[in-house]
Amino acid sequence: MLTFLARRLALGILVMWLVTVIVFLIFYIGPGSADVARALAGRDAPPATVALIAHRLLLDRPWYVQYGHFVWELLHGNLGFDYYHDEPVTSIVAQGIPITLSLIVGAAPIWLLIGVLTGMYSARHPRSVLDRVFTTFALTFYSTPTFVLGVLLILLLYYQLTIHGIALFPGSGFTPLTQNPFEWFRGLILPWLTLALVAAATYTRLTRSSMLDVLGEDYVRTARAKGLGERRVVWRHALRAALTPIVTQFGIDVGTLVGGTVITEQVFGLPGLGWTAVHAIEEQDLPVIIGIVIVASAAVVVANIVVDALYAFVDPRVRLH
Amino acid sequence: MTPPGASAPSELGTQTEDPHLQSAPATARSIVGRSPWRLAFERFRRDRLSLVALGVIVVIVLVAIFAPLIAKGTGHGVYTQYPTAGLTPAGLPRPPNAVFPLGTDDLGRTLLVRIAYGARVSLLVGVLATLLTVSIGAALGLVAGYFGRGVDTLIARAVDVMLSIPFLLFAIALASVVSVTPLHLGPFTLGKGVPIVVLVIGIFSWATVARIVRGQVIAIRNREYIEAARALGASSWRIIVFDVLPNVLPTIIVYATLLIPVSIVAEAALSYLGVGIPPPTADWGSMIADAQSYYQQAWWFLTFPSLALLTTTLAFNILGDGVRDAIDPRGTAFKA
Amino acid sequence: MTVETPVSDSDGLLLSLEDVVKHFPVRTGSWLGRGRREVVHAVDGVSLSVSRGETVGLVGETGCGKSTLARIALRLLEVTRGRVVFDGVDLTALSARHLRSYRREMQMIFQDPYGSLNPRRRVGSIIGEPFAVHGTVTRSQRRRSVQELMELVGLNPEHYNRFPAEFSGGQRQRIGVARALALRPKLLVCDEPVSALDVSIQAQIVNLLARLQQELHLTYLFIAHDLSVVRHLCDRIAVMYLGQLVEVGPVGELDVTPRHPYTQALLSAVPVPDPDDTARHRRVVLTGDVPSPIDPPSGCRFRTRCPRARQVCAEQVPPLEVRAGSGPDHRTACHFPLDPGEPLGSLEVPPPPVLEEGRQ
Repeated sequence: MLTFLARRLALGILVMWLVTVIVFLIFYIGPGSADVARALAGRDAPPATVALIAHRLLLDRPWYVQYGHFVWELLHGNLGFDYYHDEPVTSIVAQGIPITLSLIVGAAPIWLLIGVLTGMYSARHPRSVLDRVFTTFALTFYSTPTFVLGVLLILLLYYQLTIHGIALFPGSGFTPLTQNPFEWFRGLILPWLTLALVAAATYTRLTRSSMLDVLGEDYVRTARAKGLGERRVVWRHALRAALTPIVTQFGIDVGTLVGGTVITEQVFGLPGLGWTAVHAIEEQDLPVIIGIVIVASAAVVVANIVVDALYAFVDPRVRLH
Repeated sequence: MTPPGASAPSELGTQTEDPHLQSAPATARSIVGRSPWRLAFERFRRDRLSLVALGVIVVIVLVAIFAPLIAKGTGHGVYTQYPTAGLTPAGLPRPPNAVFPLGTDDLGRTLLVRIAYGARVSLLVGVLATLLTVSIGAALGLVAGYFGRGVDTLIARAVDVMLSIPFLLFAIALASVVSVTPLHLGPFTLGKGVPIVVLVIGIFSWATVARIVRGQVIAIRNREYIEAARALGASSWRIIVFDVLPNVLPTIIVYATLLIPVSIVAEAALSYLGVGIPPPTADWGSMIADAQSYYQQAWWFLTFPSLALLTTTLAFNILGDGVRDAIDPRGTAFKA
Repeated sequence: MTVETPVSDSDGLLLSLEDVVKHFPVRTGSWLGRGRREVVHAVDGVSLSVSRGETVGLVGETGCGKSTLARIALRLLEVTRGRVVFDGVDLTALSARHLRSYRREMQMIFQDPYGSLNPRRRVGSIIGEPFAVHGTVTRSQRRRSVQELMELVGLNPEHYNRFPAEFSGGQRQRIGVARALALRPKLLVCDEPVSALDVSIQAQIVNLLARLQQELHLTYLFIAHDLSVVRHLCDRIAVMYLGQLVEVGPVGELDVTPRHPYTQALLSAVPVPDPDDTARHRRVVLTGDVPSPIDPPSGCRFRTRCPRARQVCAEQVPPLEVRAGSGPDHRTACHFPLDPGEPLGSLEVPPPPVLEEGRQ
């Protein structure tokens, strides 16, 4: 078990290292970097100023010097400084993380609950009216791009309600939890719904097919044959087996969301990691982009390790591979 | 050499073995044999919902192809701004009316024609990005699965890395880097527009395909018919193309069908974020982004492009489900 | 090591396996991630030759290494040690490119009529694949040649465009035979070609193979897990146990007077036509399981299950050689071979207990 975890961890570190290489290749010596110094210096700056800036940012050094410096700083937990305000990237990231996490923490239980419950109902009553309704909803939300759902929710639940005097939700903005828990909650309901409805669709479909598979297995038939109540068969015997792919998907989705709430944050104007990244991209503020990409990749890697570890804990066969 | 016991049939049993198959009158239908593809097609033909979805897609494709005709018919160009007829005196979009059936946008352009032209971008990027994704993914998956060993380890690590990269962040970063400084690849220059969007989507989506294909190939690799092909002296490439590929093709096709709507959404999302297809090209994603500033004044500006996008992805997803059910009725293709 | 002399003159030798060894490295018990590297001794020093026109049966229980040996004979697997000489050429030394031209002359018929045909290809394309690979028949001629082959093996040539799924097991095996014959090979290795078929179909395929051998002057290496099938088809039989040959001899002699206890046990498992003929049908049931090929017993590998085993059996490997009372081509690897007609049981003098060294 320990060896398995160690191996999994080593793989995670390897993956992270490769991510830094790719990030570095794209941004530092990629096509964008040449213009950074000029952009920073301003349009009419003399060449000497441009060169000075380039020198300060190590942009005039060979790539391996730049990469060595980059990794060295990274290993010290230093993601560099923002080009424009000299703010440490770590603190910029730290500002965004609570907002992104708020989004995930609220949305994840919603989609998990909706998805698993509807999926289980559908699997237990296939071809029933409700099954068809759930399946249709799932397919529809599954097909809905996040930003389309977001803007439509704003249009219908915020704007239409507000102009009719029911101001349930604010249109955008973020209130920290510590400042006012109620406003925090109120402000996040629509973003949560946006994220959760799209994700729940996947879970409805996944739970339905996984559960249908399990209900067809011999041991479930055996459990029924020996006279166990249907409730017990479904909740104790079948669900446990059907949950495996769902838990895997859930772990990976949560990890991916750290860098995947870009659209939701953009739609609702929430200054989380994704929003910050988009604005950094507009300004070509490389250190900030890189910092966020690395944090988000790390979240995926960590989530994968956690899922694998849980998996190995639950199902010893996995450790063989 | 002793003949077998008297009880065993001593003749070469062309008749005894299966008289029905052997001596049945040779009608063309029974001789040709129904290929797995034909069986899948016949299953698909009975799936009414998928047929409707296919019909919707055909309509969307026709709209995309004949978008210039729609422009001509309405008399409104896709880029033409109508400052008086298309905007209210306050400079806001006009609601649907006899002149502009779906209303106008913030610059006084006709939404109907722009949505029709938007279908071109969506379909083009959706199909091209899917082709690119599937080509890269299938090729790497086949090679990794068939050859195993070092090649497999290398590709499997690459898949791990690609799956750890936050797609959207990387995609917008890469797309923006390239759009500021065009990328020169030999004679080709990649700047803003369809090629770079296709490339970005392809680069960041192949890993899943590779993983699925690799799993299937590993399941097939040790079948006896692969060994039989080796015993005949067939080269590895011949075996991959003629023996392995036909058996993973159903999975690849199912996955590709389901990938088209994903690619369409990815393109729309990139454009929504302002790093996809640059204006003034008509694009659903950037139309929705523009419309978001006017949702209080012009619901049609937001709603119609959204509906167009939603209808398209929904139709493709229904079609994809139908294709999967037809090709892989027992649902085994993705279990590998 | 005894190098076998062929039945006919040495010019007639088609295939000769010389002290072939095949070890598979495996990892065992590795859920902690530190599994031991161990070695499966699949084939351990087998020498066997097949003459032109001859049919040699290779018999043994599941897992004794006979299928591995068959694949080594065609170099579908690489040897760990030893040589495979085919028609005077050492196959183990050939480069991949040279090997391909030799593949024409040796073909294989597989055990599983379902797994050995690609379900996504039409029968015509499966049988015609050898032509396509080696370019021996032009594209326009291919259909004709394939249909001739189909006729040769007793298939309806009009079924050219069907898929394997539309055929019965026996017909599928005929397709496999047709494919193997397409290149007019000299040697056909049949890996349990009938064991997956219904008993009523088995005889048809065996008869087909017998007829084809006469018509096409084929040489067979025929693998089976019991003697009932091979005794009708083969000239000589080689019995394999746990990666080694225990007895080789002409079918008539080995069948009637087996010298190795294991052969005797195998023979007794075969049903005889007349159940009242109890003199011949004294059933011997072996006790115990086949030992693990990862850790085979010392000395004679059969000793752990042999009622006649004695001290020397654990200490010395019995050589495969002609024993007193056998014919010149009949070799047995046993320290205490059975006398002709002697029933399998313990020796009169009770042997000292078998040393169990090396096994737990």
